[in-house]
Amino acid sequence: MATLESKIPQGPLADKWTKHKNDIDLVNPANKRNIDVIVVGTGLAGGSAAATLAELGYNVKTFCYQDSPRRAHSIAAQGGINAAKNYQGDGDSVYRLFYDTVKGGDYRAREANVYRLAEVSANIIDQCVAQGVPFAREYGGLLDNRSFGGVLVSRTFYAKGQTGQQLLLGAYSAMNRQINRGKIKAYNRHEMLDLVLVDGKARGIIARDLVTGEIERHSAHAVVIASGGYGNVFFLSTNAMGSNVTAAWKIHKKGAHFANPCFTQIHPTCIPVSGDHQSKLTLMSESLRNDGRIWVPKKLEDAKAVREGKLKPTAIPEEDRDYYLERRYPSFGNLVPRDVASRAAKERCDAGYGVNATGEAVFLDFDAAIMRYGREKAITSGMKNASDAEVRKLGEEIIESKYGNLFQMYEKIVDENPYKTPMMIYPAVHYTMGGIWVDYNLMTTIPGCYAAGEANFSDHGANRLGASALMQGLADGYFVLPYTIGDYLSDDIRTGPISTDLPEFEKAEKNIKEQINSLINNNGTNSVDYYHKKLGKIMWNKCGMARNEQGLKEAMEEIRALREDFYKNVRVPGDENGKNSELEKALRVADFLELGELFAKDALHRNESCGGHFREEYQTEEGEALRDDENFKYVAAWEYKGEPKDAVLHKEDLVYENIELKTRSYK
Amino acid sequence: MKLKLKIWRQKNADSAGKIVDYDINNVSPDMSFLEMLDVLNEDLIAKGDDPVEFDHDCREGICGACSLQINGEPHGPDRGVTTCQLHMRKFKDGDTIYIEPFRAKAFPVVKDLIVDRSAFDRIQQAGGYISVNTSGNTIDANAIPINKHDADKAFDAATCIGCGACVAACKNASAMLFTSAKVSQFSLLPQGKVEATERVMNMVKQMDLEGFGNCTNTGACEVECPKGISLENIARLNREYLSASVKG
Amino acid sequence: MSGILNTSIARKIAMALSGLFLIIFLTQHFIINFTSVVSPESFNEISHFMGTNPLVQFLLQPVLIFGVVFHFVMGFILELQNRAARTTGYAVYKGSANANWVSRNMIISGLVVLAFMGLHFYDFWVPEMIYKYVEFNSEDPNRYYEELVHKFESPARTGIYAVSFILLALHLWHGFQSAFQTMGVNNKYTPAIKNLGKAFAVLIPFGFVVIAIFHHFNH
Repeated sequence: MATLESKIPQGPLADKWTKHKNDIDLVNPANKRNIDVIVVGTGLAGGSAAATLAELGYNVKTFCYQDSPRRAHSIAAQGGINAAKNYQGDGDSVYRLFYDTVKGGDYRAREANVYRLAEVSANIIDQCVAQGVPFAREYGGLLDNRSFGGVLVSRTFYAKGQTGQQLLLGAYSAMNRQINRGKIKAYNRHEMLDLVLVDGKARGIIARDLVTGEIERHSAHAVVIASGGYGNVFFLSTNAMGSNVTAAWKIHKKGAHFANPCFTQIHPTCIPVSGDHQSKLTLMSESLRNDGRIWVPKKLEDAKAVREGKLKPTAIPEEDRDYYLERRYPSFGNLVPRDVASRAAKERCDAGYGVNATGEAVFLDFDAAIMRYGREKAITSGMKNASDAEVRKLGEEIIESKYGNLFQMYEKIVDENPYKTPMMIYPAVHYTMGGIWVDYNLMTTIPGCYAAGEANFSDHGANRLGASALMQGLADGYFVLPYTIGDYLSDDIRTGPISTDLPEFEKAEKNIKEQINSLINNNGTNSVDYYHKKLGKIMWNKCGMARNEQGLKEAMEEIRALREDFYKNVRVPGDENGKNSELEKALRVADFLELGELFAKDALHRNESCGGHFREEYQTEEGEALRDDENFKYVAAWEYKGEPKDAVLHKEDLVYENIELKTRSYK
Repeated sequence: MKLKLKIWRQKNADSAGKIVDYDINNVSPDMSFLEMLDVLNEDLIAKGDDPVEFDHDCREGICGACSLQINGEPHGPDRGVTTCQLHMRKFKDGDTIYIEPFRAKAFPVVKDLIVDRSAFDRIQQAGGYISVNTSGNTIDANAIPINKHDADKAFDAATCIGCGACVAACKNASAMLFTSAKVSQFSLLPQGKVEATERVMNMVKQMDLEGFGNCTNTGACEVECPKGISLENIARLNREYLSASVKG
Repeated sequence: MSGILNTSIARKIAMALSGLFLIIFLTQHFIINFTSVVSPESFNEISHFMGTNPLVQFLLQPVLIFGVVFHFVMGFILELQNRAARTTGYAVYKGSANANWVSRNMIISGLVVLAFMGLHFYDFWVPEMIYKYVEFNSEDPNRYYEELVHKFESPARTGIYAVSFILLALHLWHGFQSAFQTMGVNNKYTPAIKNLGKAFAVLIPFGFVVIAIFHHFNH
C-alpha cells in the first residue's frame, strides 16, 4: 500500500506555518490576473476563499446550487466560533486550543494542520470584526465569550444563536465587494457535476445551470472544492435539504482519495423525530448545554408514564431524576464532547428511559439556570425579598436574551413552551469529519484540485468540538488556501487560458448528459426520496451511533442492492431542460448511494472505537470508546476503483511529536 | 387533516401561469408546511404528474430560501417564522389554502413557486460591505470597544435572512426593509461609518434600478418579517440618505 | 445635493416635506375658520388681511398652491411606480393582516380630499379670484363672514364637506406620523409623535366639520 505525502513542513510545530509561508512560491500580482480559479461552494470556506483569492488578484468563478451565496448551509451554525484570544484571561493559548482540538478529535487529526488552525484562529476574529460582523459584546464594549463542550476555558465568540449566519454574511459581503469589482463571477443556481482533468491536472468543471438545465463547461487553472459535508447520506440530518456529496464524490471518482468517511458527528442536542413525514432535523445549539441540564427519570415506571403522557416531567422530584452526564462525567458534566453526550443519551434510551412517544428523547432542563440567573439578577437589582415567581420571571428574561431564538424555534416546532417544561432532545447526524484527503497545502491527490472546509478531512480527527467548524472553514478560506494555492499556481503563469473545447471537456460533458438522459428516461416507479429514505434507514441503523461488524457487512450489501434498484426503478419526472428539483435530487442521491457503501466499508475496516466512530466490539467495561493506537493511528484514504467495495486503502500514519496520546477522559 | 390547495403553476419565466387545485389527505398537524408539500409532490410523482417546484433548503428558518405567499401572506399566517417553520397545526381540517409565489416585478417567477431574488444580491453588491482586505492584518478585535446597545442593534438588523417577505407583503413591493437592514448594520458600527455616504447612495440607487416600489410606511414588512426586522431601520436609512445627500 | 428627486427616498422625503407643510397650513386655516364661530368680526378682520396682504397673496399663496399640486402630483407618480412594481397581482392578498386600511389606501383618501379641494376652490377660491382680479370689485372688509355662512346653507354641501373631512382625517391618521418616519425620525419620541398625529387627525377635521355644521344650523 502506498503512503500519502502530507507535505508537512519540517521544524518545530510552532514555526511550521510561518516557515512554510516563507518557503513556498508566490505568484507576482501581474501574473495573478492571468490565472483563473474555480471555487465550488460558497459557504464559510468557499466564500472566504473566493473573496481572498479575488482580492489577491486571481480571476475567480464561484458556483453554488443555492440562489445566492448567502444561503449556504454555514448560515445555520448557531453557537459560536473558537479562537485562542484569551480575552477572558482563563489560561487559554494557541497550544491549548490545539491540544483540546486534537484530544477532542480522539487523536485522529494531523498535528501540524490543527496547530496552524489554532494559530490563525485569533486572526479570524480580528478579520470578522473589521468586516462588521456584530459579535456579542459586554457592557464595557469588549467582545463576550462563552464555553463549549470538551474544553475548560471560555473561548467561543458568538452572535446570539446566529453566529454562522453572521460569519457567512461577512464572507458574503467580502465576496460582494469582489463581485462589484468584477473579480468574482458568481454562478448561482449551478451545480458542479464533474471535474475535468487535463494532463492529470484539474483544469475545469462541468456544471448544470439549474434554471435552464444547460450543461456548461468552465475552465480554470485550479479548482477548489468547498462543498461541505455529506451528512445527508443519512437522509435525516441537521444539514440543509440540498447539502450533498456530489462535488466531493465526483473528484473522488476522478482520483481524489476520500479520507475517513466513517467519521461522522452525531450531535446530542437536536429536536427528536416526530413522524414519518419528517424531512430534516433541527439542531438546538450546543451552547444550550452551558445552562441546560440533561436528565431522564431514574425509575423506569416514571419514564413509561412520561412517554404515555400520564406524568409531567416537572412533577418528577429532584431525587428521582438521573442527570446521567453529571453522574458519569463529574468534571465536564453536561459539557462533555458531542460524541460522548450522544452515546450516553442513546445508552439511556436503549435502556428504556426515553421520554417521548418514540422512546428516543431525553430532557434538557433550564429550570435550575432560570432560578440561578433570576436570583443573581434579583440581588443586582436590589430586590432583597423577591418571590419565586419574580425570580423566575427575571431568570426567564436572561435565558431569553441568551437563547431566545432557539427557544422560539423549539416552541414553533414542538408546540411546547421550553421556559415552562424541559426541552426534549435526541442525537442527530450533524457534521462529517471525514472528507476529501488533502495535504498540508489543502491540495487533494489530484494536482490543482483543492478541498477546504467540511469537504476536507483534515482538522477534526474522529470528533469535532463545538464551535470549531466555523473556525476551520474560515481559517482554510481566508488564511490558508489562498496562500498555499500560489505555490501550485506559480507554475501556471505562462499557461494562458484553458480552452473548454479540449476533448477532455467534451467527454466529461457527454458523460453527464448521458447520465441525465438515462435518469429522465428511466420511467421507473419509485421517487428519488423513496431511495434516499431507505438509504438513510440503513445508514442510521447500521452505520449510526453504534456499529458492529455484522451490521456493517449487511449495510454494504443492502446499499449495493439499493443502488442497483435505484438505477432500475427510479422515476424522475419532468425533463432536463429547465428547473427540475427531482432530477437534481436524483443526481445527488446517486452519489450518496455510492458514498454510503464506502462509508460502511471504512467503518468496517476500522477495528477500534474512536470519537464519533463507535464499534460495539471495541469498548471498555464502562462502555467508553476503546481506541487502538497501535493498529489504527492513521488516516484511511480510499482510492476509487470502480465499485465502492473495491476502493483501495492508503494509510497516512499520524505522528504525534508534541502531544502524548492518552485515553480521552472527561470524568 | 384534509385540505384543498390552490397552487400557482407556471412552467417557466416566459410562459403564463395559473392556479391549479389539488386535494390532499392525511396531513398531520405536526408536519411543517413544506413537509405537507413534500407529501403532495410524492402523490403527484406517483400519479405521473410534475411535482410543484418551490425554494427551500435549511428548513430551520435561517437560510432564507423558502418563500411562498400563503393565503395572502408571506410565510403564512404565523408570526416570526418562515414557511419551513410554519406548522400545519395552524390550519384546520377542510381549509382551502392559496399558495402563490412572492410577487414583484423585481422577483420574476422562475418556475411554479420559485422566484428569482438576485435583485437582493445586486443591492448588496452595490455597497453592502466594508472595504477591508481579508488578509487578517487588521487591528485587534478588542481595539475598538463598541457600546453594547449599538452592537445589539447592529446585530438585530444583521439578522435579516434576505427571504424577500418584506417585498412580498408590501403593497408597493418595496425593498426598503431589506436595504435598510444592511445599511443600519454598518451605520451603527464604527467600522462601517467610513464608507457610509457612498454605501447608502449606491445601495438605494441599485434598489431603485431593480424596480422595487416606494416605501409608504404601511408597516406590513415589519409585521411579516420572520426575523422581526424593525421599521426603525427604514427611518435610519432615510436619515442616512438625507445626511449623505447633504454631504455628497 | 446630488439630484433632488432622482431616487425613491428623495421623492418620499419631498412627499413628506410637502405633507408637513400642508399640515401646518391646515392648522392655520383651522384657526382662522374657528374664529368665525366665536367672533364674526375677528374672522372678517383676519380674512381681509389674508385676502389683501401682498405677501400672503403673491408669495404664500403661490407657495401653497405649489405645495398642494406637488403633493398630489407626486402622490400620483409614486402610486403609478408602486403599481408598476408588481405587474402580476396576487390571487389572494391579505393586506389587512399586516397593515391598516388607511395606510394602504392613501391614494383613495387623497383623491377624495383632492375632489373636495376642487369643490372648495369652486366655492371660495374661484369666486374670490373673480371678485378681486377679474371683476376688480372694490374690497369690502366685512363680506367674508356672510359669504362663508351663505355657503353652508345647503345641506348637501355641508354633507359633502363633512364626508370629505372624514377622509382627510383618515389621510392624516397615517400621513402625519408617516411623514416623520420618512424624515428619519423613529426614536423614543415616536410613540408621542404617533399619538399627536392621531389626535391631530381626529381633532382638526372634526373641528372643520363642527364649524360647517355650526354655520349650517346657525345662518
